[in-house]
Amino acid sequence: MIGSDPAQIWTYLSRDPLLWLTATLVAYAIGDAAFRAAGRRPLVNPVLVAVALLALLLRGTGTPYAAYFEGAQFVHFMLGPATVALAVPLHANLGRIRATALPMLAGLLVGSVVALVSAVAIGAALGLRGETLLSLAPKSATAPVALGVSETIGGAPNLTAVLVILTGIIGAIVATPLLNLLRVRDWRARGLAVGVAAHGIGTARAFQVNETAGAFAGIGMGLNALLTALIAPLLAPWLVALLTG
Amino acid sequence: MIVHLVVLLACQLAGEVISRAAGLPLPGPVLGMALLFAALLALPGLAARIAPTTRGLLAHLSLLFVPAGVGVVGHLDTLGSDGIALMTALLVSTVLAIAAGVGAFLAVARLVGAKPS
Repeated sequence: MIGSDPAQIWTYLSRDPLLWLTATLVAYAIGDAAFRAAGRRPLVNPVLVAVALLALLLRGTGTPYAAYFEGAQFVHFMLGPATVALAVPLHANLGRIRATALPMLAGLLVGSVVALVSAVAIGAALGLRGETLLSLAPKSATAPVALGVSETIGGAPNLTAVLVILTGIIGAIVATPLLNLLRVRDWRARGLAVGVAAHGIGTARAFQVNETAGAFAGIGMGLNALLTALIAPLLAPWLVALLTG
Repeated sequence: MIVHLVVLLACQLAGEVISRAAGLPLPGPVLGMALLFAALLALPGLAARIAPTTRGLLAHLSLLFVPAGVGVVGHLDTLGSDGIALMTALLVSTVLAIAAGVGAFLAVARLVGAKPS
């Protein structure tokens, strides 16, 4: 009889998208519940908790990432429409944005250049060279832009993909304690800086804290995608040559 | 709900097509965001209609990064022996970039006399 053998049920489920789609949502629900239970403390980041749970589960069941992604791709796919949806809070905050065009531009330029230059400079000082250093340069931009830039300037796109996600998680964790420490109460400034430095994951975090911060983070992410695509191919190779040549 | 999703997907699709056709250095969804923004300006009633869907989507934006995050765990070994140097660079640079961005925003806001929020 098919189905009575647990091994057969597992064989069926492990090939079906349903299992890993459900697991992704459950892991996130657990992460979100843990986040709330911990008093919304940034270190208990729902993404980090969900990723850790799923990574353990995949390792424990010997499931390859490709099989997991068969199910998880439906969640991953929604990143595109969600990015488009950022236009709505942008539009809702139009008055605030118009009033702060110049401060936003300053925050964007300074945040973006500091993100790139400091990453490369610290990496070089710690002994990183060549391809690894170039892969690090676009890490604050949203993934598709960062990967494209990395490829253009001679980095390793695979490594850049990992560095981009790690940057987002770091940004989401450090932003609130850092900005509280600096006593910044302006949600516009907070949001913009986090969106520029930590792209979509930082933006997601900003939305958890404050809707205005989320809207400004969305703009910061979008504008930094454009700015990184324009300046990183010029700035990064020159900087790497200067610091390691 | 279906119409709302169609609006989002249509903007993304148009963004992908324009970005590729014109060879722009922007990903399709980011260009799609700009297109939807233009549509919201042109059609005053649209924002209020799609807001419930987009609010729901953005409230759980974090969830959408989970699959990519799981992928990163499997590739942590690509950091190799450079792991500590790379993590240090990411951590310090992210802190500096947030602090510098906020500082620049507030300094210019004070300079041009923009009202605090």
